[in-house]
Amino acid sequence: MTSATSTASRSKSSASLRHRLAERGVDTKLWLLVPAVVFALLLFVYPFAYGIGLTFQPLAGTQEKWGGGFFANYIAFFKDAFVFDSVWLTMRLALPAALFNVIVSIPIAFKLRGKFRGKRFMQTLLVLPITLGTVLTAQGLLIFAGRQGWLNRFLMETGIISEPLQLVNNYLGVFFSLVISGFPFAYLLISSYLSGIDPSLEAAAKTLGANWKQRFRRVTLPLLAPGLATTFILTFVLAFSVFPSARLVGDASGDTRVLALMAYRAFSEQLDYSMASTIAIMMGVVELIVIGIVFLGRSFLYKGSTGGKG
Amino acid sequence: MSNSTLKSTRPGRNAPPTEIVNIRNRNKSSLAPGEKSLVASPGTWFVWFGVAAFFIFLFGIVISVLVDSFGKPWFDTWLPENFTLGWYQEAWNRFDLSHIIGVTLLVAFAVIVVSVVIGVPASYVLARSRFPGKNLVMLLFLLPILIPPITFGIPLATVMYNFGLGRTVLAVILVNLVPSVPFVIITMTPFIEQINPSIENAARMCGANMWQVFTKVLAPLLVPGILAASILVLVRTVGMFDLTFLVSGPTSDTLVVAIYRAMTSAGGGEARQLISSMGVIYTAMMLVILIIALRFINPTQLVAQVKESRED
Repeated sequence: MTSATSTASRSKSSASLRHRLAERGVDTKLWLLVPAVVFALLLFVYPFAYGIGLTFQPLAGTQEKWGGGFFANYIAFFKDAFVFDSVWLTMRLALPAALFNVIVSIPIAFKLRGKFRGKRFMQTLLVLPITLGTVLTAQGLLIFAGRQGWLNRFLMETGIISEPLQLVNNYLGVFFSLVISGFPFAYLLISSYLSGIDPSLEAAAKTLGANWKQRFRRVTLPLLAPGLATTFILTFVLAFSVFPSARLVGDASGDTRVLALMAYRAFSEQLDYSMASTIAIMMGVVELIVIGIVFLGRSFLYKGSTGGKG
Repeated sequence: MSNSTLKSTRPGRNAPPTEIVNIRNRNKSSLAPGEKSLVASPGTWFVWFGVAAFFIFLFGIVISVLVDSFGKPWFDTWLPENFTLGWYQEAWNRFDLSHIIGVTLLVAFAVIVVSVVIGVPASYVLARSRFPGKNLVMLLFLLPILIPPITFGIPLATVMYNFGLGRTVLAVILVNLVPSVPFVIITMTPFIEQINPSIENAARMCGANMWQVFTKVLAPLLVPGILAASILVLVRTVGMFDLTFLVSGPTSDTLVVAIYRAMTSAGGGEARQLISSMGVIYTAMMLVILIIALRFINPTQLVAQVKESRED
């Protein structure tokens, strides 16, 4: 700030400093931004920096076991198979769930894009999973899809299966809960992107004789692709930080031992705050890598003035 | 602009018009324009099957929890043998639900007020002016939404415990503010952008100062947007599990966290029906909030105007 003042006073311009700053957009309006920035610095940046600092202060036990001095937590993270495997377990859950939600939403959003009776009602119903929340979804899945639940009972009585299917307390249970909470979200986003695409473009392609496959591949998909990437990122973020359902409908010590669960265990059960921060921050890093890759791919897509962009 | 881009890419791709004509001729069902085939295509079947499967699961989940919460004993039958309201009464007394619901609403209300008061002025600046470092500030507000809650929640909870705030209602409110303030900023910025700045300029010309412009001109225009953002924050806060769970204790649990704790408490958890009845109370509370909210506002107001897709 002081350097800016000195350079401004030294220059020969007749305009006052206040005016020159205002020309660059620095004026009294910016005071309105101060509370939000202070808030973000205090409650987000400071704890985050503190957490990163904490990762370099491993407990004595961790240091003895894994060595490496300040970096003992990170060495433990990468070398301890019990911890590191959960990266793979989390990805194996979050990536397919997010992809599934996006890919299934595309044809459904496409088919249901026109007007039909009961569309508003159906879209209202799709908001219902938001009111359920993860915990109730878990409870419902346990009852509905459990061994004695209606789903298995129905399938058994109709003779489709002879043994009850194991649908909960494993990978599938968590996958179901991710679809139930993530699919409506993906569908609503994609259909709003889709409605942002000017229908006259597709009508033009139709007049030129393109069939629906060509219209989809050459016109709509390229316009929709950035929106799809955004939707994928948002559903992936939701699925990646899955935590309550991984514990409740999943197999918390086996197939669905996700990163969030490991971080929480280190935090509350082992009271190892530095290891907990390490896992938590590595979790953020892994997620940001995936998001970065998708964003990189997205930057090659068409982002013109016609809707559908994220 | 878009048309020219499309045209310029056309010759690059080898798609001679004759091929298109062939495909058109190959189409066996020669329907008159505007006529629809009576037999649905496989795509349509797939779509309706997917939607139906989703709704079967959704209703199965909701209804089985509902039935379970009223059922007396329900084991190996289609429906429980008897129905009772006892589970609700027991859950209400055992878990002190009036206190828990009070805490939940208090937290949600505090989070809404603070995040609107802090967030709306900031989004006004972000919508209206350019200044050095704007991208950095945007990034600062985007990160808490993109990063998984556990990632910043654990360091944040550690800090809270260090300051002696652990397990207090204040800590729950503070922790929930971290994603809510940026959320209000991110959703309100496009909303403010679509308000015509000449309205504010006119007010300034007439001698209004910043405060007057804000309270007399902008605030009335912003009310629908603020209400919509508040509803979304409310839903997020009531449903927020991860962050609340990390800092809350017995006296500061919100409803979701209380249900989770009841499901996972030592010794195999509480009776299933107790948890179901708590779940039903949670959903009912959410539904009431949403129905009241949707009577007053339309959440799509936040999204910029989009063209209604035409029927082909």
